[in-house]
Amino acid sequence: MSLFVNVTLNGIANGMIFAALALALVLVFRATRIVNFAQGAMGMMTTFIASSLLGRGVGYWWAFLAVLVIGFVLGALVERVLIRPLQGKSELNPVIVTIGLLVVLEGIAGTIYGNSSRGFPAAYSQSGLTLGHTKIAFSHFDVFILVAVLVLMTATLVLFRATSLGLRMRASAFAGEISRLLGVRVGLLLTLGWALAGVAGSLSGLLVAPTSSFGPYYMDLVLVYAFTAAVIGGLESPVGALIGGLITGLSISYVGGYLGSGLQPLGALVLLMVALMARPEGIFARPPARRV
Amino acid sequence: MSPPGTSRSWGDRAPWVRGLRLPTQPLVRHLLLALCGAGLLYAITSSLSPYNDFEVGEIALYVIALAGLSLLTGSNGQISLGHGAFMAVGAYSAALLMTHTHLNFLIELVAAIGAAGLLGLVIGIPATRLKGPYLAGLTLLLALALPPIADKWSSTFGGDQGLTTTTPSAPGTINPEEWLAWIQIIGALITLVLLANLLRSRFGRSFRAVRDDEIAASLAGIHVARTKVIAFVISAACAGLAGAFLGLSTGVVNTGEFPLTLSIQLLAAMVLGGTGTLMGMWWGAILLVYLPQWSTSLSGDFSLGSGASAYLATIIFGVVLIVVMIAAPTGIQGGLRWAWRRLWSLRPGTGDGMSKISRPA
Amino acid sequence: MRHSNHTSLARYGRVLVTGALGVTLGATLLAACSSSPKAAPAQGNVPGVTSTSINIGATVPLTGPAAPGYDEIAPAMDAVFGWVNAHGGVHGRKIHYTYLDDGYNPANTATLTRKLVLQDNVFADVGSLGTPTQTAVQGFLNSQKVPQLFIESGCNCWSDSRYPYSSGWQPPYTIEGKILGSYIKANFAGKKIGYLYQGDEFGNDFVKGLDMEIPSSSVVSRQNYDAATLAGPLSNQMAALKAAGAQVIAMATIPAATALAMLPAAAIGYLPQYVISNVGADTPTVGPLLASFTQKGGGSAAQAKAATGLLNGVITDAYFAPEANVSNPWVQVEKKLLQDYAPALYAKSGLDGNTQYGIALAYTFVEALRATGKNLTRPRLLAAIATAGKNFVTPGFVPLSYSSTVHFGFEGSQVIKLSSTAPPAVTPSGSWIGSTPVTPVEVTDVGSGPVTRYKGTTSSPPKSLVSTS
Repeated sequence: MSLFVNVTLNGIANGMIFAALALALVLVFRATRIVNFAQGAMGMMTTFIASSLLGRGVGYWWAFLAVLVIGFVLGALVERVLIRPLQGKSELNPVIVTIGLLVVLEGIAGTIYGNSSRGFPAAYSQSGLTLGHTKIAFSHFDVFILVAVLVLMTATLVLFRATSLGLRMRASAFAGEISRLLGVRVGLLLTLGWALAGVAGSLSGLLVAPTSSFGPYYMDLVLVYAFTAAVIGGLESPVGALIGGLITGLSISYVGGYLGSGLQPLGALVLLMVALMARPEGIFARPPARRV
Repeated sequence: MSPPGTSRSWGDRAPWVRGLRLPTQPLVRHLLLALCGAGLLYAITSSLSPYNDFEVGEIALYVIALAGLSLLTGSNGQISLGHGAFMAVGAYSAALLMTHTHLNFLIELVAAIGAAGLLGLVIGIPATRLKGPYLAGLTLLLALALPPIADKWSSTFGGDQGLTTTTPSAPGTINPEEWLAWIQIIGALITLVLLANLLRSRFGRSFRAVRDDEIAASLAGIHVARTKVIAFVISAACAGLAGAFLGLSTGVVNTGEFPLTLSIQLLAAMVLGGTGTLMGMWWGAILLVYLPQWSTSLSGDFSLGSGASAYLATIIFGVVLIVVMIAAPTGIQGGLRWAWRRLWSLRPGTGDGMSKISRPA
Repeated sequence: MRHSNHTSLARYGRVLVTGALGVTLGATLLAACSSSPKAAPAQGNVPGVTSTSINIGATVPLTGPAAPGYDEIAPAMDAVFGWVNAHGGVHGRKIHYTYLDDGYNPANTATLTRKLVLQDNVFADVGSLGTPTQTAVQGFLNSQKVPQLFIESGCNCWSDSRYPYSSGWQPPYTIEGKILGSYIKANFAGKKIGYLYQGDEFGNDFVKGLDMEIPSSSVVSRQNYDAATLAGPLSNQMAALKAAGAQVIAMATIPAATALAMLPAAAIGYLPQYVISNVGADTPTVGPLLASFTQKGGGSAAQAKAATGLLNGVITDAYFAPEANVSNPWVQVEKKLLQDYAPALYAKSGLDGNTQYGIALAYTFVEALRATGKNLTRPRLLAAIATAGKNFVTPGFVPLSYSSTVHFGFEGSQVIKLSSTAPPAVTPSGSWIGSTPVTPVEVTDVGSGPVTRYKGTTSSPPKSLVSTS
């Protein structure tokens, strides 16, 4: 019984982490209809910068904030320099460019930070919370992750649904030319979308680092699972990212816990296939209208 | 994403074809080209050292995988980030037969092709309903999920030590490396001829039609889902053959040979070679074979600490990918064709060279 | 207008990029085709050997997820060869060590090893790393009659009469499992034992050894993990071990997995007795990985303290003096070697388990070359190892086991306990918990032979090494 509880709690903790990165993927997709395969690597880069700052004695929360800002700037830079020239061309191009960026970032991180052993501290205690007499597999840090992801998701939802800025962003993504004609500064909004995604990616990097083997590649698997989560939930839906993250996290935790850790990606694959067979656009997406 | 020149006939694209009285029937022309290629490669392999023959063989096997991927992504518009998984299936199928049975070598290869094709069918059917990014996600997960299965059932699949493969022994005094390279080259040439014919045929046209506009294609009577699945199966089968050949080159098949990076590098190499082209895949394959070696020569040149220089090659690779996609998305082959057309149209007496170039690429 | 600028940029861009790529490819092809086998004047036609030099090669992971830590070994080996070369070489020959990055991918290993043998004509493949990678080239190297020496892996497969040119060096995992297993049997009788192991050759061979000593009725849970998909904490495995009530956990884990196991266990208040393979228990390597147990940074002192807290009392084993034993003459020699001949490596990693390993392995090769004598050929080198291997001076606690039938190196080690009262290991990243021995040095075999106490002596470093300038 307690094994089941622990496995479930682990699944929720993992799921929240996937949701954080999935939210970044959703932000990028809503803004530019591109999947940013380098989102995880960008988060990795900013977290390494945070690690350097911490090494120089900067306070944790200052480093945290600084790195979120750096993520914002990095996202904007990537959109402006790498993604803007690809507008209007084949949808394969951004895939390759973001993969190229992923490779470059990992190479840079490997070069600067070397292959040396290092860890990254957590924002709060990783000791499990005490429920009654037992410690459960959910720590103060896990609560922080939960809260952070919920706040991020709410902020994203509010942005898109309740602000005029969000409306303009949605319009720019959907119908760029018309929005331009109506005076919307489309280019700026695309960049803003990527910048916000950069913040979400940085956040997820900081949340994942304490509980993984911190190195240039530590976000790779997280990206794959976050992508799965985003796709299951619908690449355009922030709520979908959260629910997709939970579903993915729980599924691979159960598969890992009861069938074996090597089969986790296979479990995620089966999950993805089932979800996409049922709803090819994701659970929370609106079915597209067909123009004939 | 239509590669330059595929919709016009050879006669338009290069009038010297007519001039030389080369056959204009696709099949004959392709066979002739393949024969020339074979002759050229024979000359190359017999004059090179055994190690270079080994490399040429590896280039040939990657051409097979890349050609299939080019058909799927370039001609049919389906992005696959999981071709390493199909290579793994082909490699393990061949290796299992080689280890446990004494079947004919060609039958083992056919089994590898069939097994990979079968997986292509299994993935291709749900893939028909998926748009670009969603399919990319599915195939990415496939590349990650499949190899650990072999680790889980290590008694069957050999675990870390893997399964040994057996190449048929070389006749006479031919080097084993040269012999293996020849097996792989013949495989590559046959694959290229078959795929080239396919792309020129009715099938090829329906692939491209589905890629360009699914709705229009179905209105024109093309069975969209079936076309997409066929493209997937053919592409997977090519990867399966390439995987079997990789097993022969390495001598052993184990999961370490099929990491996620393989699938990503296949896609990148295809794009750099020229998406949608077949001959361009030779460039991509050369890139794939020489990338691990570039890091060593770079480290020698720069004599940095081992960590710094080891990553230099990967950084350069990533930068090249980015630059090529932004500045020259048709890859090397596309660039070469563009240059050739430009040169050809500047011949005296062909009229205003500028009007030929202004056609959209 | 912006649009046409973009088009002409694309046009020029296309020319530029295609041209650059084409030239690069052409140059590479030309270089590859024209590079003839290194025509070094051979000494009596022995590949890789001249009267003044020996060329050896290896394939190791320098990039990729398998690289952390292991990429220190080859440069540390180079430090030893640097010292040897600075002192006139072995029998007048200087050692040139070429190590290539295979990224732990056996397909790359196959290509690069063929390059080393067929194109670069190395004399031997020395100190290549990995079980799947080296298995891929074992057949090739043996068919080419190239020594595949001192493979950096503890697989039982390196001592195989079908592959006489291959040999291991470090204690096979099964032997380590037996030694630690026998310690568990003697000291934790009646307790519930759990296993956590990597689901590959390393873990399976280690467990084989454990099972030869520990009665199966005591083992209440066996958990494993897959190294390739290791993304986060092994929380489920530790929860399962806790649920089964395991009081002692025997672990065959790489350093990353050790940390990813101890952290979630500590989080749920589960503090069993850990008995960990030396592969995953080097304290300067594992220590920083436990840093996340400190909160909000806290600096390296706080991190070291947290790591010490978690690692205190952990049982592991060592087959040469660990870096924390600063008064040990071998440790002093190793430190000096690294400082003098690999200062960049020393500044980055200091003397830790990986650099010690590299130094010891390289010195074994130097001993092998010395024993072969001036007439250096591949068969004579292998014969020298088989006959004189037991007498080689190495940092190991036991002599090497090489013989005409056995191709394993060390077959013994000593069980140690990590202890906060012992002097710590000091590296550039901080000060990490040291250890004290808890058993005498023991030896065994990979079969069903018993674990017995080693009754011989341990060699001291030779004067020539001690008095390095």
